[in-house]
Amino acid sequence: MKNWKLAAGLLLSVALPSGAYATDLEVTHWWTSGGEAAAVAELAKAFDASGDHWVDGAIAGGGDTARPVMIARITGGDPMGATQFNHGQQALELVQAGLMLDLTDVAEANKWRDVINPISLLDGCTIDGKVYCAPMNIHSPEWLWINNKIYEDLGIPVPANWTEFVASAPQVEAAGKIPLALGRQAWQSNLAFNAIAIGIGGLDLWKKVNVDKDMEAAAGPEMLKVFQASADARKLASKSTVQDWNQATNMVITGDAAGQIMGDWAQGEFAVAGKVAGKDYTCLPGLGLNAYLSTGGDAFYFPKLADPEQEAAQKRLAALLVSPDVQVAFNLKKGSLPIRGDIDMSAANDCMKKGLEILKSGNVVPAGDQVWSPDVQTQLGDMQSQFWSGDMTPEDAQARYVEILKTGL
Amino acid sequence: MAGKPKGLRLFRNLNAKVAAVPMVLTTMVVFVGGTLWTVLYSFTNSKLLPRLEFVGIDQYKRLWSNDLWNAAIWNLAFYGVMSLVFTIVMGFVLAVLLDQKIRFEDTFRTIMLYPFALSFIVTGLVWQWILNPEMGIQEVVRRMGFETFTFDPLHNPDTVLYGLLIAGLWQGTGFTMCLMLAGLRGIDEDIWKASRVDGIPKWKTYIFVVIPMMRPVFMTTLVIVAAGIIKLYDLVVAQTSGGPGNASQVPAMYVYRYMFTAQNLGQGFAASTMMLLSVLIVLVPWAYLEFGGKKHG
Repeated sequence: MKNWKLAAGLLLSVALPSGAYATDLEVTHWWTSGGEAAAVAELAKAFDASGDHWVDGAIAGGGDTARPVMIARITGGDPMGATQFNHGQQALELVQAGLMLDLTDVAEANKWRDVINPISLLDGCTIDGKVYCAPMNIHSPEWLWINNKIYEDLGIPVPANWTEFVASAPQVEAAGKIPLALGRQAWQSNLAFNAIAIGIGGLDLWKKVNVDKDMEAAAGPEMLKVFQASADARKLASKSTVQDWNQATNMVITGDAAGQIMGDWAQGEFAVAGKVAGKDYTCLPGLGLNAYLSTGGDAFYFPKLADPEQEAAQKRLAALLVSPDVQVAFNLKKGSLPIRGDIDMSAANDCMKKGLEILKSGNVVPAGDQVWSPDVQTQLGDMQSQFWSGDMTPEDAQARYVEILKTGL
Repeated sequence: MAGKPKGLRLFRNLNAKVAAVPMVLTTMVVFVGGTLWTVLYSFTNSKLLPRLEFVGIDQYKRLWSNDLWNAAIWNLAFYGVMSLVFTIVMGFVLAVLLDQKIRFEDTFRTIMLYPFALSFIVTGLVWQWILNPEMGIQEVVRRMGFETFTFDPLHNPDTVLYGLLIAGLWQGTGFTMCLMLAGLRGIDEDIWKASRVDGIPKWKTYIFVVIPMMRPVFMTTLVIVAAGIIKLYDLVVAQTSGGPGNASQVPAMYVYRYMFTAQNLGQGFAASTMMLLSVLIVLVPWAYLEFGGKKHG
């Protein structure tokens, strides 16, 4: 009896999916925190509603953990239907090896070149004139998140920029709070450093070092100031011992810490916790000093599959991800900025509106993932992680920084 | 078999040889083949995908000038020496205590050996919680009334290795103890009788007679423990993820990080080749001492 039921069950599991018209596509990503999961649910809902079926393949532990799994599956001959990467150089070799689906026809049919703003995002997906990924959102890491209540309790105004934030730190510390929350993972140290580099160093310096790859500027006195500012910041974060970024954000949400330098994805966590931008928390793009944002973000790549039906479904998904409705629904939940300028984001909150304005004014710079290879990014992360949690001098750190950048020239 | 004429050497014990073929093939292709492939590609500039573009010893130059790698080597050296000394000394002392014909020996042995049944991942997580200042030992002692008690080894770069060591010793000492106990039981009763007749104190018998006789057991323990130390990875990942900063990085983490996160296979292969080399440095002299002598002697 039992065997018979089992056999019937197995038969059904084979027969049912092929009976329906829908095509299953497994989509892998590393969106697992509360706000991120809510945003992914929007994508799944839209894809399921269009008649196909979204098979969720979330990989926990952040991009550094998830990417090796994804790459191993693609190169190992077990490709998924679609996968998240940060646009830039992360998937470059996979594309060059011919493992990714060419989406040029989808891009042309949907006029991606006309609607995607800034166009650098599409350029990041374009290799030798062919489009290989669908940009999903824009994430800018250069934000300072501040808990307003801590400052109200202290009776001092909420800082309007990084300088004021640092100046107010002794009072915050005297009240028994940690001034700056920082997760102890390499990429978070690197992110904080880059945010300070744009905030303190300014746009010209950042472009000279990262875009023009001017090593003299990287070794110069202006850059040293950035390292000194980071050395000050690490003192503020010395008591923050959490690992994951959302744990650090949670310290700001609960009022254990006054602020955190984190990308705009932190906003999703504030939203999930029911906090209101402008009232409960303040966000300062470019650390309130230089309102420039770098336009990194996520994109979906589609590994080549043998089945033509699945390939058609992949192209349907690619078109869907960039479509206006999905862009609005997804980005509102995620707290990221949409990749097209022609949609109605009036439902966005204060912080997102600040970001949208900066985007509109064109004050954007390319993200680290776009200008440096993962190899350089990893080395920078290792070095920054050592700098932020040890007692390395700014001078030594700068010398190491220049050495690392040189390996990527 | 004895009645059969002597055939070709190759066909003697044919069944056994056929049965061994799958394992021999696996060893040759997966272990030896994989190792040679890795060593070969460590001389290339492979990034995400392996490529045969040779760059000489550039990867090794970069490896040895990398602070993270050097820090990882020093961390491992410190952990390794401490761990070797403590597991062997503690394992031996525990074994000697158990060897005093005490009651409930089986129970004690089981308790001591239990941690060894746990994987390093579980061990690491458990000790991360025990050493966590907000819910572990520190909190318990504080609740008992010692308000200012601080015990937070994992968040201080100077003490984090001791935190790892505690977990590693807790996990591994029981196993060493069992090896040592087996060695002690292998000592002939007559030795003990003789030493008693001569009126030699027990501790002197242990140090001057029993330990020298247990040389093979010590060598085996040394090799097993040392090879385990070089591979140290999961304990660190679970307990500290290499932090704070790079204070508890180990070579295996560097290998993983460069092969997969940094998409720099060449660098990762170079690092893993160095790890292989260090395992060989431990294993080859031991294998020579243990097996080489008998074969030729």
